[in-house]
Amino acid sequence: MNPTTATTSSAAGVGATAGDAATATVDVRAALTPDRADELLDRTWRHRPGLIGWLSTTNHKDIALRFIVTALAFFAIAGLLAAAMRTQLARPGQRVLGPDLYNQFFTTHGTAMMFLFAVPIMKAIGLYFVPLMIGTRNVAFPRMNAFAYYLFLFTGLLLFGALALNVGADRGWFAYPPLSGPQFGPGKRPDVWTWVISLTEISALVGAVEIITTVFKQRAVGMSLARMPVFVWAQLITAFMVIFAMPSVMLASSMLSTDRMPTVNTHFFNPAEGGDVLLYQHLFWFFGHPEVYIIFIPATGFISDMIPVFARRKLFGYTAVVLSLIATAFIGFGLWVHHMFSTPVPELGQGMFTASSMLIAIPSGVQVFCWIATIWLGRPWIRTPMLYVLAFIVLFVCGGLTGVMTASVSVDLQVHDTFFVVAHLHYVLIGGAVFPLLGALHFWFPKWTGRMPSERIGVVAFVLVFVGFNLTFFPMHQLGLQGMTRRVYTYLPGTGWGPLNMLATIGAYVMALGLIVFACNFLVSCRRGRPAGDNPWHAPTLDWATTSPPRSYNFRFPPAVRSLYPLWSDDPAKTPVVIGLQLDRREVLTTTVMDARPAYRYELAGDSLLPLFLGVTVFLTFFGLIFHPWALPIFGGASGVILMVWFWRQNTVEKVHDHPGEPPGPVHRQRPRQ
Amino acid sequence: MRLWGFIVIGCAAVLGGGCAGNQSALDPAGPQSTGIRDLFWLFLGVSIVVQVLVTAALLPPLRRRSASAEPPPLVPEEASRERRTTLVVGGLVLLTTVILAVLMVGDFLTGRAAHATYADPDPLKIKVVGHQWWWEVNYPNEREPYKGVLTANEIHIPVGRTVEFSLDSVDVIHSFWIPNLHGKKDMIPGHPTTLRLKADRPGLYYGQCAEFCGHQHAKMRLTVVVESQAEFDKWMEAQNRPAPTPIYASQKRGLEVFLTSSCVMCHQIDGTPARSRFGPVLTHLASRPTIAGGSLANTRGNLAGWILDPHAVKPGVRMPQNNIPPADLHALLDYLEMLK
Repeated sequence: MNPTTATTSSAAGVGATAGDAATATVDVRAALTPDRADELLDRTWRHRPGLIGWLSTTNHKDIALRFIVTALAFFAIAGLLAAAMRTQLARPGQRVLGPDLYNQFFTTHGTAMMFLFAVPIMKAIGLYFVPLMIGTRNVAFPRMNAFAYYLFLFTGLLLFGALALNVGADRGWFAYPPLSGPQFGPGKRPDVWTWVISLTEISALVGAVEIITTVFKQRAVGMSLARMPVFVWAQLITAFMVIFAMPSVMLASSMLSTDRMPTVNTHFFNPAEGGDVLLYQHLFWFFGHPEVYIIFIPATGFISDMIPVFARRKLFGYTAVVLSLIATAFIGFGLWVHHMFSTPVPELGQGMFTASSMLIAIPSGVQVFCWIATIWLGRPWIRTPMLYVLAFIVLFVCGGLTGVMTASVSVDLQVHDTFFVVAHLHYVLIGGAVFPLLGALHFWFPKWTGRMPSERIGVVAFVLVFVGFNLTFFPMHQLGLQGMTRRVYTYLPGTGWGPLNMLATIGAYVMALGLIVFACNFLVSCRRGRPAGDNPWHAPTLDWATTSPPRSYNFRFPPAVRSLYPLWSDDPAKTPVVIGLQLDRREVLTTTVMDARPAYRYELAGDSLLPLFLGVTVFLTFFGLIFHPWALPIFGGASGVILMVWFWRQNTVEKVHDHPGEPPGPVHRQRPRQ
Repeated sequence: MRLWGFIVIGCAAVLGGGCAGNQSALDPAGPQSTGIRDLFWLFLGVSIVVQVLVTAALLPPLRRRSASAEPPPLVPEEASRERRTTLVVGGLVLLTTVILAVLMVGDFLTGRAAHATYADPDPLKIKVVGHQWWWEVNYPNEREPYKGVLTANEIHIPVGRTVEFSLDSVDVIHSFWIPNLHGKKDMIPGHPTTLRLKADRPGLYYGQCAEFCGHQHAKMRLTVVVESQAEFDKWMEAQNRPAPTPIYASQKRGLEVFLTSSCVMCHQIDGTPARSRFGPVLTHLASRPTIAGGSLANTRGNLAGWILDPHAVKPGVRMPQNNIPPADLHALLDYLEMLK
């Protein structure tokens, strides 16, 4: 966008200047060269140099990249644990890992993959791209965003640190009482798990609030809900699911901890004192099943975002896809009992949960059909991300079909808690979420680094991961049907499970090799890759309308939007923009929820060390609770003091109106057609 | 093509290999498990068709693919093709709904059929209690309560008769599962449950705890013997007797060792002063095919190793190591081996 266009569009009045405020420091209409504007904006938005500056940044891109890198590191560690477990299971009666270590490994693997990798990385990619896709400069609560990251980092260190010190959680990622209760789970291992859960959920909830607020209030002028990319919809819907699902597991894990604390000693889950162990299972799975969709829905967002780019046409059935996501989110809360069919559930209840579990296949089917239709109507452009998309469709359908099997009470009673379910869940979570994620990392790598990843190495990595994945998990279907139960550290030679387990272990090594190749591709390409330019894939969404990597303030002038595919329907050089935001303050334009009309100019919080401090005290609160309840008043009080400082300063908010003479209120004028 | 290969090999593996083995849900030995297996075939058949069709649907557009390094031009929309596609997608969604409805009815009918045994007024009642990490099996005799049979890790049932298992746990949640006979049922402290099933094919089957229950979850196994009513009665008869009295000097010494070492703290042997129910009952230990929660064959060598250092076999097991001198150990083994 050149300054002339900016000026003409200002004259046209899209999100026009907010009266005299615009001229307070910098006169936009005067000779403001693009370089001068960039310089002023960068001075306002970039973080200060040095370690303090680095720790105090609240820029969503800095935070999101840290989130992504940290989550990938946790993924790598949890993946190594899985490789160790596969080594132990390669042959019957191996002694690579004893039961004590194996139980810690599988618990840490599951907990880390779910809480420290899958959910956070999906959210992190959202935190990076939602503001870019909706054309704003930062997320709504930048300091809270940084706080969520520090809390997440400390939590991961706690979980893996505990494992390194041989006090790793060892009661499964579900930690059912009474096994995890005070009587049968002595020591601090289950306490590490319960507070890790609470900490990650705080981080997740904070992220959800940011995403919802950012999406509802900071969309580009003209980006009505019907013009929102599916990616943004997916993030929004996921955030709502997080808000409804996560409190349930926090409640369950907190109740479990108070049961375990000698000085508190509640009996929520103690049957001897009138408690009920099934209550825990209901609370856990009321979260646990939506959790799958919390991971899966953002992944479908990646897919719906990538398919139009690589099919070279608009997504077929945008409305149907978005409605499917919403339907999935609703139905996702109504089928948790299918994890509990082997507990005493009345038959009518079983029927109802079978029906809802099968019902959820319909919105998933709608999406799959729309994706395939898009590919049919377009012309597939085969690049590495598209390979992941195609593999995703095949693998997700496979995982979905075994999901339909587990929805049936009768079949589920046989396959529940066996390797069949291990296969199913990995088809859904790796096939349905990690494959889209790997594709998305490839897709957005040029945006992050400004350089293209290598196609050839990318394809090699893809083939290794795809073959390795299927080799690992497909045989597990059969192992489960042959009676191999989950969470066993070994099995007897007479069972005949040896050969398929060996196959699965070989597959796991192949997959690990593929992921290493994938990582090497990125490490090499971020220095040596060919320069990407702003929009190497010729993609339609606003994240590709800015430089690669994006500058600290995202856009010189926030764009205004006139269609669902702004970069395809409008010439980027002629896209109308918003002017009148102050360049020397961290100002964003807030818009109305439905139609994205300009509403307020809002000053976001600046950089601060408070998120780090709050992260430390909140972490210490829960970490201390592992050992003594007094941690709550001491570190909770310290957190309160930090929050007082946090809320001390008020930000400025000004209503947007076109001319000083007009009454204040949201004003939006259509840009005249040229 | 690779995808196709996988699907074909995978299906062949499931269809062919799945029927082998003696702990397999695909090798049913009773009406409940047969019903579930048949339902599974239905689900599997539908799944294979869907998987093949979806995968195949991705192939035709790939023939028009572009592999250029630069983004190819956009494909323009044609209103008529979009309309036709809408109809096709709508039809497919409708078809999906119908298929799911059929599968749901199938599930409902299978569940109904499996529950038919609940009409039987006089099932054989067996109480199974989960322990970390073994199964206590109790055949109560309602008419003559003193004639109940208590054993561990082994269940005998007569072929063709409805059996009702009452399931409970003394510690954590376990799950009772004999894949050849029926689906699993959890043993939840505070929530006693029941499971009814029938076996229609004599044989030796294995079960295993299916709910993670701690260190030795992997080695909490169960042997199930399905036999004719006559054989079953004979077995009951034998199990009903108290433990045989030691005859030879070494056997007598063995009992003495048992009663004076830590064994007696946890184990019960009917007909002797050993009465503790903390560990598995040993009254007819020698008649059982396995020891150590079904994880070792019941041989003299295994038994000796198990008694001396159970943690070498099942690390974390509740049974302590026993420092028994060799002579005493042999005597103890002589005694235990006569407990037919």
